Amino acid sequence: MEIRASKLKFRNGLRDGLPIALGYLSVSFGFGISAVAKGLETLPALLISMTNLTSAGQVAGLSVIAASGAIIEMIMTQLIINLRYSLMGLSLTQKLDDTFSTLHRMAVAFFITDEIYAVSSSKTGGVNTRYMYGLGLLPYLGWAAGTLLGAVAGSLLPADISSALGIAIYGMFVAIIVPPAKRDCGILFAVVLAAAVSCLIKYVKWFSFITQGFAIIICALLAAAVAALIFPVKEDCENDG
Amino acid sequence: MTVKLLLYILVMALTTYLIRMLPFTLFRKKIKNPFLKSFFYYIPYAVLGAMTIPWIFYSTGSFVGAAAGTVCAFVLAYFERSLIVVALSSCAVAYVTQLIFSLT
Repeated sequence: MEIRASKLKFRNGLRDGLPIALGYLSVSFGFGISAVAKGLETLPALLISMTNLTSAGQVAGLSVIAASGAIIEMIMTQLIINLRYSLMGLSLTQKLDDTFSTLHRMAVAFFITDEIYAVSSSKTGGVNTRYMYGLGLLPYLGWAAGTLLGAVAGSLLPADISSALGIAIYGMFVAIIVPPAKRDCGILFAVVLAAAVSCLIKYVKWFSFITQGFAIIICALLAAAVAALIFPVKEDCENDG
Repeated sequence: MTVKLLLYILVMALTTYLIRMLPFTLFRKKIKNPFLKSFFYYIPYAVLGAMTIPWIFYSTGSFVGAAAGTVCAFVLAYFERSLIVVALSSCAVAYVTQLIFSLT
């Protein structure tokens, strides 16, 4: 079934992006602090955030830089940790209406993060370019601003407060998952299975060679595949929520 | 900023961008296969599940604080509070809990 022209507006995107931006502000604040702690100056730290827009990848990149690692190590690290964005991008193509030319796709691709993907893919009836630019704008600014603040003034905030802010982004994940999981057994099953496999990989010694980025890929592929087999989604029923 | 540092940042940014851009730009078909449709329907929730558990428990400096924040997040999310309310409340609960436990 073709996706009809989406009615969403730029400001719908802005509104949905605001909580993401606030979450990013606190997470990138932490990134700014740790970048400076690892010997980077403010400007390079900000440049990393403005060109990458990804938390796990940037933190891993920092440690490659700090260790003066090889360029190929940087490429492999980013590839493994960020591979999930390929999967998300692929999945998101199914939601695009026909305002998406090649150039718009190339521009919007830059904003594919876990949260932006999660919010946009949960929109019923597809998304258009206006909405996606609105959705990406505030999180991008929040990510950059948080990094700047963290790098410049991070040392001013008491350590116990800045550490408590670390849970913000996960709280947001929980808020995205739980409401649809209440209504849809398949989603509940996929989430619980992914979480269980994730714990298995984290706590069983045999799997300790698996990095966190790879673990996410394994859990997600496995859980979504099993959920799709046991709870197939009905035709033409995108997301009745 | 040294040339080497700039090179690192450039490589990092380019790799991350290509990973995002290539599949998103090149893939044009509508997926018809029922299994794949279901698979893509479940993927975002599975990704979030794997990223949240168990990592939420290690997201602050204190395990017990993070655990309290987690309970708070699940309860508020169950009652369908907005993203930002859930996120900030769990921060506050984590902070207060770790404060209490550091006093005893």
